[in-house]
Amino acid sequence: MSLDWIPYLIGAVVGVPAALILYIIGADWLIRRLPDRLQPRLRPWVWVVPALILVAALLIYPMIATAWISLLSKDGTRFVGLANFGSVLTDNSVLIAIRNNIYWLVFYTGLVLVFGLILAVLADRVPYEGPVKSLIFMPMAISFVAAGVIWRFMFSYQPPGQPQTGTLNAIWTSVFQQSPVAWLIDHRVNNFALIFAAVWVWTGFAMVITSAALKGIPPELLEAARVDGATELQVFFRVTVPLLAPTLTVIGTTLVIFALKAFDLVYVMTGGFYDTDVMARRMYGEMFNNQNFGTSAAIAMLLLLAVVPVLIFNLRRFQFQEAIR
Amino acid sequence: MSVAPVAAPSRAETPIVVEATKEPRRFTLGSLPLNLALILLTIIWVVPTLGLLVSSFRPGFLISRTGWWTALAPPFQFTLQNYSDVLQTNNLFTSFINSLTIAIPATVMPIAIASFAAYAFAWMRFPLRNWLFLLLVGLLAVPLQMTLIPVLSLFKSLGLSGNFFGVWIAHTAYGLPFAIYLLRNFFGALPGDLFESAQIDGAGPVTMFFRLVLPLSVPALASLAIFQFLWTWNDLLVALVYLGSAPQFAPMTVTIANLVNSLGSGYELLTAAAFISMALPLVVFLALQRYFVRGMTAGAVKG
Repeated sequence: MSLDWIPYLIGAVVGVPAALILYIIGADWLIRRLPDRLQPRLRPWVWVVPALILVAALLIYPMIATAWISLLSKDGTRFVGLANFGSVLTDNSVLIAIRNNIYWLVFYTGLVLVFGLILAVLADRVPYEGPVKSLIFMPMAISFVAAGVIWRFMFSYQPPGQPQTGTLNAIWTSVFQQSPVAWLIDHRVNNFALIFAAVWVWTGFAMVITSAALKGIPPELLEAARVDGATELQVFFRVTVPLLAPTLTVIGTTLVIFALKAFDLVYVMTGGFYDTDVMARRMYGEMFNNQNFGTSAAIAMLLLLAVVPVLIFNLRRFQFQEAIR
Repeated sequence: MSVAPVAAPSRAETPIVVEATKEPRRFTLGSLPLNLALILLTIIWVVPTLGLLVSSFRPGFLISRTGWWTALAPPFQFTLQNYSDVLQTNNLFTSFINSLTIAIPATVMPIAIASFAAYAFAWMRFPLRNWLFLLLVGLLAVPLQMTLIPVLSLFKSLGLSGNFFGVWIAHTAYGLPFAIYLLRNFFGALPGDLFESAQIDGAGPVTMFFRLVLPLSVPALASLAIFQFLWTWNDLLVALVYLGSAPQFAPMTVTIANLVNSLGSGYELLTAAAFISMALPLVVFLALQRYFVRGMTAGAVKG
């Protein structure tokens, strides 16, 4: 950043909030001079309009425009109908990206939920719960770019015979006596290597929420099951897990959205090469490397389509929560 | 569970016979594997970061020849060379400042705009209120990818791409649905009596907002601010799209992603660079853990 940006920086940090406050105070002063009947009708709009304008201009309008662009030719001059979707869905590399997103959807979501649940339950039974939870949650603080560097380093590969500097290959070759694996290049494992890096980042998120729900379970319920002769495993699978199911579902929806939008880790760790591409990375590639806005928008539409079930689920859940408020 | 026997003796009337007979068994059989499993998992979770941290202080010629764990035994060979190299030669200091320049306004502006809107959604009645709010809840799940192409061409035509303006505006708008959602829920849960008595005392909505709502909502605002700051600090996609390839504006995420491409396995610089980008979030995390966890867990649903 050069120094000429400092006035703009101050303007954004101080000027924008100050202008907003003046706007609210000024508008309210004007409204109070209107007839009593009009005041409550007008006032709410004064408060919501700045937000609504931004949301309309940068979220709603672009969504509609993207839907339109997905029906246009590469340079956006001709209407081509669903041709972009046709070419996208018959392009083998896009189909691989879709397959990879399905891997992400299943394995990333599943593993984060399972690890989060196991860690929450285990940590609940030890006196050092706090520190453990802090350490597991820590990766949530850092960027996926940093996480990508961390895991590239974990997965790094040297040819057989040379000393392995990557942690995983060092363990793999010394403890398990196997020949080293190029985790990020080998087609059999590379998608799962990327997914595991994402699992590492997000497990803390699932663990913290699961843990909070776990502590909300009345201990009498668990004791009652134990008194009736249930083993610890039975208590876990027959009592704890069913009681946690609503919480796990909510966490799951968040993870599903993330799995569909996965971008940063793939961009940093493999660049989408070696059959590890995902839809969000591909959409970016179509937009910048190929300058093909039509297919890029079509991929974005496919992403939106995939999100719709989650979106409807969220809306239903929200309406249910509002109803019981 | 394991806490129960500690609390039980204080409650004299509680019969603890059942627990007393069960407890020793669980300790001898259950506890050791349980502790081992938990400690093993924790180590698995810590090792990747630890390896990066240790490596960032090792000389380059050693990083490419031996594993980072060999540095933990004598002879100890540590250096700050990687940090000074990466700060001087790879624009990383500029990128650090750029990340701050992006993240601070991108935190302040959406929270300011959202808190006004959230107050109206929580405490004022107007037509379409519920529908508009439902729309915002829906937008939480919509992938940003749906907006990139039109917003970029909009910014290009207005001269807002390739510099900080576009990123600021984009982060502000993208942050709004979640910020409004979180604040509206928090504002709405404030006790209604407060507003009634303030109204009887003659306070208007503006006074109530600044004197009542904002002071009472500091915890929610703090969680939201931390979440939004880290979200924008850690963002790669928005910066890549709206800043383009201009290196003088690149935040740390973009610079490091470029370093990964150009250096490949030049890990001595990459490890130091990655750790510099992690330092601030980690400090925030350690210092403000409670707000941080609250913000992250409430906010990770954001699109």
